[in-house]
Amino acid sequence: MIEAKGLTKRYGATVAVDNLSFEVKPGRVTGFLGPNGAGKSTTMRMILGLDTPTSGEVTIDGQRYRDLHRPLTKVGALLDAKWVHPNRSARSHLRWMAASNKLPKSSVDKALDMVGLTSVANKRAGAFSLGMSQRLGIAGALLGDPEVLLFDEPVNGLDPEGIVWIRTFMHRLADEGRTVLVSSHLLSEMALTAEDLVVIGRGKLIAQSTTQEFVDRASGTTVKVRTPQLDQFAGVLNEQHLATRIEDVEDQGKVLFVEGDLTTDQIGEAAAAHGIVLHELTLQRGSLEQAFMQMTGDSVEYHAHEEIAAVTSLDAPDAAEVAAGPKEDN
Amino acid sequence: MSVIAVERIKLFSTRSPWWCMIIAAVLTVGLSALFLGLAPSEQKLHATITDTQGGAQLSQMVIMVMAALAITTEYRFGTIRTSFQAVPQRAALLLGKTFVVAMLSGLIGVIASFGAWAIGDLVNSSANLAIDSAAEWRLLAGRGLIFALSAVIAVAVGALIRQSAGAIVILLVWPLLVEQLVQLIPKVGDDLNRWAPFTNANSFLFQGQDVGAGGGPGDATSYAMGPWWALLYFAGWAAALMTIALVSASKRDA
Repeated sequence: MIEAKGLTKRYGATVAVDNLSFEVKPGRVTGFLGPNGAGKSTTMRMILGLDTPTSGEVTIDGQRYRDLHRPLTKVGALLDAKWVHPNRSARSHLRWMAASNKLPKSSVDKALDMVGLTSVANKRAGAFSLGMSQRLGIAGALLGDPEVLLFDEPVNGLDPEGIVWIRTFMHRLADEGRTVLVSSHLLSEMALTAEDLVVIGRGKLIAQSTTQEFVDRASGTTVKVRTPQLDQFAGVLNEQHLATRIEDVEDQGKVLFVEGDLTTDQIGEAAAAHGIVLHELTLQRGSLEQAFMQMTGDSVEYHAHEEIAAVTSLDAPDAAEVAAGPKEDN
Repeated sequence: MSVIAVERIKLFSTRSPWWCMIIAAVLTVGLSALFLGLAPSEQKLHATITDTQGGAQLSQMVIMVMAALAITTEYRFGTIRTSFQAVPQRAALLLGKTFVVAMLSGLIGVIASFGAWAIGDLVNSSANLAIDSAAEWRLLAGRGLIFALSAVIAVAVGALIRQSAGAIVILLVWPLLVEQLVQLIPKVGDDLNRWAPFTNANSFLFQGQDVGAGGGPGDATSYAMGPWWALLYFAGWAAALMTIALVSASKRDA
């Protein structure tokens, strides 16, 4: 289990990671999601003790990385597939890594075999394609048979075959009971790979939930209803077995959201049948990407455009509020 | 000592250290053969062991480049992060690297100096080049110590600068230019030169040597201290720079 508490990293005036707290549980693939520059890599470097946090801390099973004894047996990581000396062979690269943690020489062959690089093990790593470098990086991560695995953007630049291979591999590792944290800026990829999500934007935590919850909340259509007879209408809809959710939206008070891909026509007719006054009836539609962009984009400009965001949400029928929901969890 | 095994594998699994070591050895030996082989017979008669060591300074530079590259290439290719990931005790890892590089440099130094002496003796039969004084033993065997300590300084500078070109420029300009140019500063210049680290490395080697036909550093009169103190002083510089490098590497983000 990886646990971050109030993790903060400042470079001069720039805040790369801002008071970030999250947990990564064993036996599952956790996606670490955020746009480029959100602080994913910085966070991963802090997990590995490469960068020192300005404040806060991150621990692996309660221990800081720098205090780990033979860390490769505990944590395996692939942050950058290019972190290999181009003139060193794949085997030599793994050999020095194995020697550093007193791992047997057989672990090198085992790791090479696991990623399918045995036949090119004595070739210089500089001649490897990105996919092969990525495999070498994964071999390095698996060398010490660690419980915890970190991968930073592992599918970046890979061909479809490589992507499927990595995805399957991650699941296998998690099924073996390992803790797997995979970062990506590709939400669709994460939706396929990860069971849990930690979403960050501008170094801040935006959401931590299961992927299913995140997808449910972010995608599909929701009908937004503003009415003075909020509780009454919610009761009516619940009687018809419709899922409703009441949320406090800034500057608008309590707002009713009806989930389940209904049309505004259906809701409007239901309101008319029961004599409910409606102040607003809008369809909110959001793809994963949209929701993600709004959630993370919002976190970028949230403080500057707080009020404008609330106003535009009235004009734009799309899912501005979907973003507001989980954000308030912070 | 797994860090020594690690750094040994790293150093020997790429080709450039091999090339640097071979060049370093060949330079000293080859230049000795040329100096003594092509010298006019008048000079050959007065040749001394010091005359066989003309290429060693150049070899020392090559060794320092090799030592600096051993660490700066790790920063260049990002392997330093993989290294610190595998061994989070950064100081231990860097000391392991320093140890391996320094031992090897020392070995090259000894091979180069004795090789140069042997070839000199071979091509110049008209002078007696037998090693028959303690000072001459110091000159030849001491070269290993100076190469090893120079390598320590080079690793330290490389770890501080983290960049090949910058580190190499410093390591070449410092002993070859800066320590000579400070002499031009009025009043304090001579003292600055006498107390400069690489000047003392040479002072350790050349004090009390028979400079023979070529003349050279051996006949400089103003040494700051005796040869063994000079060696200790040079070692002090290496230790101080290494300490700064270790503290810096442990504190800075990799």
